[in-house]
Amino acid sequence: MSSDSEVNQSRRGALKCLAFGGAGTLFLLSGGVLAPIDLALAASKKSAHAMTGTPLFLQISDTHIGFNKEANPDVAGTLKQTIDFVNAMPAKPALTIHTGDITHLSKAEEFDTASQLLSGLNITELHTIPGEHDITDGIGTEYFNRFGQASANKGYYSFDHNGVHFIALVNVMNFKPNGLGAFGDDQLAWLEQDLKGRSSSTPIVVFAHMPMWTIYEPWGWGTGDADQATSYLSRFGSVTVLNGHIHQIVQKVEGNITFHTARSTAYPQPTAGDGPGPGPLKVPSDRLAKMLGVTSVKISGHPSSAVLTDTTLG
Amino acid sequence: MLTKNFGRNLINAFAVTAMLATTSAAGTGAAMAQDANAVVMKNFDFAPMSITVKVGSSVTWKNLDGEPHTVTSVDGLFRSGALDQNDTFTFKFEKPGTYKYLCSIHPRMMASVVVQ
Repeated sequence: MSSDSEVNQSRRGALKCLAFGGAGTLFLLSGGVLAPIDLALAASKKSAHAMTGTPLFLQISDTHIGFNKEANPDVAGTLKQTIDFVNAMPAKPALTIHTGDITHLSKAEEFDTASQLLSGLNITELHTIPGEHDITDGIGTEYFNRFGQASANKGYYSFDHNGVHFIALVNVMNFKPNGLGAFGDDQLAWLEQDLKGRSSSTPIVVFAHMPMWTIYEPWGWGTGDADQATSYLSRFGSVTVLNGHIHQIVQKVEGNITFHTARSTAYPQPTAGDGPGPGPLKVPSDRLAKMLGVTSVKISGHPSSAVLTDTTLG
Repeated sequence: MLTKNFGRNLINAFAVTAMLATTSAAGTGAAMAQDANAVVMKNFDFAPMSITVKVGSSVTWKNLDGEPHTVTSVDGLFRSGALDQNDTFTFKFEKPGTYKYLCSIHPRMMASVVVQ
């Protein structure tokens, strides 16, 4: 119950900070419950004690470099804005995770631009997974030439940082007949093996491009064989599942597993089922920055809990 | 009889050509779907969902959506890569059969080409 009060305080903090100008939203996850607070909080020394430390990592998603339609003719500009904002944060995360759709059309020049921009981040360690937009040219091409090394070109891999076990999964290469993403049997077997023997008290962070729970099947917003993956994760005390793909925040808590999707830095998408499909959503220019952003995550405490901070650009 | 049918088909062919020329001039890409060997992607669907062509024919896909789509065959025979708005992709079918394909960005978009 103490987690609830922590969460409620955070929510009040969020409202206060949003009143200052709404630089973004931060999610506190404690005991499996998320509550939003403003990102300005993370950038504010005064409230730094509320964060009790430095975010462990930053999640950036759906940068869609190469997109140039009216929903945002300058996606490089909004990514640059995002990077400037992150660089200005007084407490810098140790690493960045990009949850896919780095590019819009998988073109070499789009990857080049994205890499060049992302190299402007003060956080040097970057981990990636592909989105479906990154691999339209097939397996073993542009994305894998650049980022395949971490996974021996499989796309999925794991690593440890600061006592947290990070697992990068790929659910955009084995589509189910119903249009949902999928991991496939090989990857699921690898995941089971990867988790075997780990203490249940190890904080786990899983990231994959498409949502790992079914948000809206008609648009393929889900992962067909995610239940198998979550069955391997359910014994752990703190699991944070971070996804992208839908360009908006949707979250769910199931037991000790918190599922959360991030905003894009490029353009928003409609809410589930609104319109013919999940395409770019044109909003008035003064609203765009409020619909783009990043997530920063802090993990601490015994038992561990995660604090998710969703920040918007405006 | 043969000659007569041939003549009629020729006339039909001319009619189709004339109609296509007209629609091209008008710039309405959606009408391309009326071309026997053309498929469009529009509102997150392939149209038509099934197209029948003769062996040796080419099929041309055109994406009319602001969101990119791909033409990716299920068996790996053809793959367009990302097609942005108004981009096209053409593939020539050399063997009879039913070729299922999807958009690898929006895999609920599924359709097929029947080659006879």
